[in-house]
Amino acid sequence: MFEVIIHGVLLGGLYSLFALGLSLMFGVMRLTNIAHGDQIVISGFIGIAIASVVNINPFLLIVFLVPCALVSGYAFQYFVLNRTLGKDPLPSLVITFGLSIIAQNLLQEIFSANPRSLDSGGLNTLGFGITSDMTVGVLPLIILACAIACTFGLQWMFQHTALGRAFRAVSDEKDIAELMGLNSSKVYSMATALAFALVALAGLFQSMRTTVAPTDGPSLLLFAFESVIIGGMGSFWGTFLGAMTLGLAQQIGFYFDPGWGIWFGHLVFIAILAFKPNGLFPKTVG
Amino acid sequence: MKNTILVVLLALVAVVGGSMPYWGDSYWMYEFVNIACLFIFAMMWNLLAGYGGMVSVGQQAFFGLGGYLMLALANLAGVNPFVAIVLGALIAGVLAFPVSKIAFRLNGGYFAIGTWVIAEVIRLTVANIDAVGGGSGTSLTAFRGVSRSFRENMTYWVALAAVLITLVSVYLFLRSKQGLALQAIRDSEVAAESQGINVARMKLAVYILAAVGCALAGGLYFVSNLRISPDAAFSVNWTAFGIFIVMIGGIGRIEGPLIGTLVYWLIDTWFSDYGTWYLIGLGALAILMTQYLRSGLSGLIQQLTGLDVLSTRRVLPDEREQSRPLATTKASHV
Repeated sequence: MFEVIIHGVLLGGLYSLFALGLSLMFGVMRLTNIAHGDQIVISGFIGIAIASVVNINPFLLIVFLVPCALVSGYAFQYFVLNRTLGKDPLPSLVITFGLSIIAQNLLQEIFSANPRSLDSGGLNTLGFGITSDMTVGVLPLIILACAIACTFGLQWMFQHTALGRAFRAVSDEKDIAELMGLNSSKVYSMATALAFALVALAGLFQSMRTTVAPTDGPSLLLFAFESVIIGGMGSFWGTFLGAMTLGLAQQIGFYFDPGWGIWFGHLVFIAILAFKPNGLFPKTVG
Repeated sequence: MKNTILVVLLALVAVVGGSMPYWGDSYWMYEFVNIACLFIFAMMWNLLAGYGGMVSVGQQAFFGLGGYLMLALANLAGVNPFVAIVLGALIAGVLAFPVSKIAFRLNGGYFAIGTWVIAEVIRLTVANIDAVGGGSGTSLTAFRGVSRSFRENMTYWVALAAVLITLVSVYLFLRSKQGLALQAIRDSEVAAESQGINVARMKLAVYILAAVGCALAGGLYFVSNLRISPDAAFSVNWTAFGIFIVMIGGIGRIEGPLIGTLVYWLIDTWFSDYGTWYLIGLGALAILMTQYLRSGLSGLIQQLTGLDVLSTRRVLPDEREQSRPLATTKASHV
């Protein structure tokens, strides 16, 4: 059982990287990006494509791709999504859903339907023993550390920086924030830029840890979404703990039957929605 | 006058369409049944999103349930498959009630993804039930001993009847007092509530109605295709096609899914050989329509010609005498 818990927590680390971007975008502008999971997959494939052309250390790849994601996220929000925002959630949902279908089919056209992974230079098999019959991988630990750092960074930024204040201001009352001199389209674009940076990170880690396939996006989106709802909206630590809960639930399911892991994770999500609709860790700070 | 034209038109469709087995090709009938399922599905998505303001990405849950309930009733309980379609749809409607208790905890965009999770839960659950073939699915064996032409003709007639019934009943529903309440909710929930409309009950009713419709489409589809699997029955592509059809045809208007389905059928006939590219094109078209032409093709047609055939809008007697442009401004608002 100890092993299950360790693996659940490590999986939760990856899921929280999936979920933070979704949580950020919804928190700042009530926008649900259905293509979120596909964007994780896309960044994984971009990493794989680059690595197949030039021999590059995967962590250098991160240093290169995360800034690219910042720029493309800013542009995506500024030129596409900002036009769809409003009281009605329909346009943004239809457009991101359409993009999701397009992304899956384009990836299939370019990379074929096979799952692929990013060569981490042997890091994915590296591990060290905790007890005599149990080892913990180095890569999952790095991912978990990265997830904690990102969660801490986001929470700190929201509370202590001018940008964080701007995020909270447009989230609370967009019109008043604009009266105070904030340009909400730019603030929104900054939020999506950050979300995309997290997505790029998540995609590269996902493709290093296991594999990515063109049609993986929807299930990654669902894991991210479940983490956000389980954790409760309003704080990034909530999302982080929600991801931990989901990772644990899935590992417990896998432990009993390999076919039940995902299903059990979904069930936990539904049970929490039914009995604790505000999430397990509703807004405590920030 | 308008109603007379409508009734004549419907009768014409019923007679010409109904006699197709006597002069048409069996492939056409098969094609029609598949398109009919998509049309009914799109009508239901339009009712949910265009009138009820509930954007669901999980309607494949009820499509799949309709298929599986039909199959279980026919294969395991020996019910006539055509009766099983209707029974399956009704059971799916009953199941929609507890499902709504979960789904309605979420709003807006999160409602959309929440319904998707629910569909996934049902897919994974069905995939673990061995009696209906588990993960690899099974075939509809209840037609054993029934002649092929009889099965095809019957399926076709049932599909035609289902299309006409869906069209007429959605039209009548939207013209009814409840339909008026629904459209009021769509325009403003707060204002509707203040007029004494029970918004929560109305939304629940629409959700259940849409579940029944989607399950009907699912049951019909798998009676025609004879083989079912969890991945095919609960594929999110059903909802994708439904959304694309509605957005291309025009959301929040009855003729929207009708025109959208027609366009979809044309695109499907000409381009489906291009495989993934055809899906990419369809998605791109839906995105462009959402960005630049929210009222869809039917809205465009109405703007250009002033025709408003299936309008559910109520027009004041003296307004009817006035020029058309007045009538074209509203009703397209989502």
